Amino acid sequence: MKVDRRSFLGLGLGAAAGVAVSPALVKLTDDSSIWTQNWPWTPVPEDGEITYDKSVCSLCPGCCGISVRKINGRPVKIEGDSDFPVNNGGACLHGIAGLQYLYDPARVKTPMRKKAGKFEAISWDEAIDLAAQKLGDIRQNGAPESLGLVTGTREGSVSKLFNRFMDAFGSPNAYAMPSLEANLALTAQTLHGEGNTIGFDLENSDFVLSFGAGIIEGWGSPVACFKANASRKERHAELYQIDPRLSNTAANADRWIPINPGTEADLALGLCSVLLQKNLFVPGQLTGGLNRFTAVLASEYTPQKVEAITGVKAADIEKLAMAFAKAKMPVAVPGRGRGDQGQSLREFAAVQTLNALAGRLNKEGGAFVMPKADYLTFSEASMDEVAETGAGKEKLANSIDELIEKLSASAKPLVNALLVYNANPCYTLKTPERVKEAFKKVDFVVSFSSFMDETALASDLILPASTFLERLEDVPSGAGLAKQVVGLARTMVAPVFNTKNPGDALILLAQAMGGTIAESFEWETYDEALEAAAEGIWDGLNEEGYAVISQGTPMESPATDFAFMASNPAPIRPGCEGEFILMPIDNMRISGSAVASSPFAVKTVSDKVLSGTDVLVEINPETARAKGLKDGGSAMLKTQVKSVKVKVNYNEGIMPGVIGMVRGLGHAFDNPYVAGKGVNVNDLIGPVIEPGSGLDAAFGIKASISKA
Amino acid sequence: MSEIENKDENGSMDGAEECTADGPKDDKGLGLGVIFFMVAFLICFLSGWLLFPKLLYSKKEQPFNFDHALHTAETGDCETCHYLREDGTFAGLPNLESCMECHTDEPMGETEDEAIFAQKYVAKEKEVPWLVYSKQPDCVYFSHAAHITKAGMDCKTCHGPIGESTSSRPYEENRLTGYSRDIWGKNIWGIKTNSWDRMKMDDCAECHKEETGHQGYCFQCHK
Repeated sequence: MKVDRRSFLGLGLGAAAGVAVSPALVKLTDDSSIWTQNWPWTPVPEDGEITYDKSVCSLCPGCCGISVRKINGRPVKIEGDSDFPVNNGGACLHGIAGLQYLYDPARVKTPMRKKAGKFEAISWDEAIDLAAQKLGDIRQNGAPESLGLVTGTREGSVSKLFNRFMDAFGSPNAYAMPSLEANLALTAQTLHGEGNTIGFDLENSDFVLSFGAGIIEGWGSPVACFKANASRKERHAELYQIDPRLSNTAANADRWIPINPGTEADLALGLCSVLLQKNLFVPGQLTGGLNRFTAVLASEYTPQKVEAITGVKAADIEKLAMAFAKAKMPVAVPGRGRGDQGQSLREFAAVQTLNALAGRLNKEGGAFVMPKADYLTFSEASMDEVAETGAGKEKLANSIDELIEKLSASAKPLVNALLVYNANPCYTLKTPERVKEAFKKVDFVVSFSSFMDETALASDLILPASTFLERLEDVPSGAGLAKQVVGLARTMVAPVFNTKNPGDALILLAQAMGGTIAESFEWETYDEALEAAAEGIWDGLNEEGYAVISQGTPMESPATDFAFMASNPAPIRPGCEGEFILMPIDNMRISGSAVASSPFAVKTVSDKVLSGTDVLVEINPETARAKGLKDGGSAMLKTQVKSVKVKVNYNEGIMPGVIGMVRGLGHAFDNPYVAGKGVNVNDLIGPVIEPGSGLDAAFGIKASISKA
Repeated sequence: MSEIENKDENGSMDGAEECTADGPKDDKGLGLGVIFFMVAFLICFLSGWLLFPKLLYSKKEQPFNFDHALHTAETGDCETCHYLREDGTFAGLPNLESCMECHTDEPMGETEDEAIFAQKYVAKEKEVPWLVYSKQPDCVYFSHAAHITKAGMDCKTCHGPIGESTSSRPYEENRLTGYSRDIWGKNIWGIKTNSWDRMKMDDCAECHKEETGHQGYCFQCHK
């Protein structure tokens, strides 16, 4: 017997066939695929005891209750809290992604000071000493009014503590960033008197006339708005959306009324004019210049004239006014987009005047004029002589935008030091380059930020703030809600890095400054300060996690003062030169405010908005074709401020001549998942300050576009 | 014709002759090839079937023997120890604290296993490191509540008559994946006779298809 080549072949084939028909191959294939899933570097969530703790989200002014799912005490998921009166279990995509902010790559992990243009880590003691010394010098020089403050809002105990610090220090120069709540408070103050704000009873109204308000795009308290909108069909309530663009809200509405950008106020006044002319108004408590106002309307805002301004047909204006007057529970809602940026008092007041004339103030389903939720009581801050003198000086400006204007224009330094809390003016204000330049003129900028954002990068000292999941804080609802609720954000997890509650950092700073400033901050911790200040509601707030300050229709109908509207304030028109109007668009998936979108939220943005790192601008195909622009093609978008490269997105739903660009992209800080994508629309727009109110009312800018 | 070419020709001729001469031998060679084939086939086939599982799985013993039958006789059901929490999540294996609701650090019975439990774990307040036969990969999301409460399924359908067992069988761990043999099933071919024999994705899908008419979407279980 001779073993030859064929025998070996037989052996090999036999072995192969044997293995092939045995279960080993199938089994091994299956197991190896599982084996790869278990490679030791694959992250595996820890197993353990599951608990749920309640807190409140403060990423936006919405004030939604959240329930944080934890495993062995580690937060792993955020859900809406079904017991919370604002959101009733709902949550938005920013809220559910809140955990990502804990581990954000751009987080400031420890106090930092800027030395020779570079940041270096320092200890909390060093940081507080440095700040106390710098601020002490300012007081020593007898110019306490040259300390400035910028906070996100004026509401809530932390902002109030910052304002208290300014009082004790002796500076009147405390400013808040533009916000819907501030705009509503200013409107209420102008029309109904000091100390008031306005809420809109969207969930009970049967006819919502929205002047561009992005009801499902983040206006007000977003989840409360989604819910009110979602129940519209079963309530047989109608929504009319006045908007130059078919936004999601407009697409969801019963009727979309396209309008020339920035002429919403004129349409509101046109509607008022029809109501007065047809005697359809409700004679309530209408005081102060109604006659003059009527005369202004009769001469300047006849339907024909309004048609010429707004592009809405005169006949339609009359029909719309009739529909509004005849509806059972109509309400007009101001504030285009999210209602925070690029807004004018004229527009807010015009829309609220429509509510007043139609007798919709403090009626179910209408607009509620109510006193601001005043649940915090701080004693008067102690003030020494320096503070008294400084506080007596006149404020440098009416608004943050005006302040930046003045800082830019002035040759000598107006502000020697600036505290920034919960705000990112070097990104969110118009022409951020201008803001950064103004910041450079300030000798010492202290940022109380959680992230190394654009403003933190432009500051000299960072006292890193714990995020909303790492600290206790009261969160008042302040965004056009009909009911006033204060939620309690609780410490869901110990600070991940060497950060502090800004309230605690401020107390440390005040104590380091000594004297009457330390006296004004006698608390050991911020938690103690909050408990003392919120004493009246503390038990309920602590137990339930929220306190309802006011709910339901306010009893008395307020008086409306027409003096402001009777003065026929000048409209704001987009500045500069160009064939088109560039208009920022608010998109629910992208945050345009101080806290940037989470990586998760950015991932959900459509590639019709952001494609790779390119931003797409919406253009009506008619406009685009005339300029030779192809759908998806590149283009140069140019305004007087800047020109940028963009991509074109044909959209039949935007008025010809209007270019829409999403707000909230183009961040420039160290977070590869969020920054470096698209363009910051604010880079392209210059501010237009409304006289009197000080609001930056630039809702857009003239622009030109050409093939790139 | 040159010498070399001649040689070459002769050489090849030699080969041809040999080939012809070895004709019958060649047949034998083919036969041997077949035998080799069959032997190799059989060896590989049998080892793949019989030896391979022995190599693939390592056997581990539980920390001590657990008598399910004894416990179910006492408590009357599975849910006393393996319960759903109020929020619908499944508590899984009872922890030491749950066991201590009945047990103390003195054994209640006389079994050796209970003595081990009392001395090694209860006295030292140490959790028992049970080996879980039904542990699924972490990428699998499974809701017990949806199956037990909503669909009214019996524990047995997936876990088999484990409640009737008087002793813990050895835990066979797949050396490659680290999961229990119960997931693939005892049968190396993956053939099952009972619904509880296997716990692979296809088994979930099969039952879902039967019960709901749809085998389910990826994201229902992979979250």
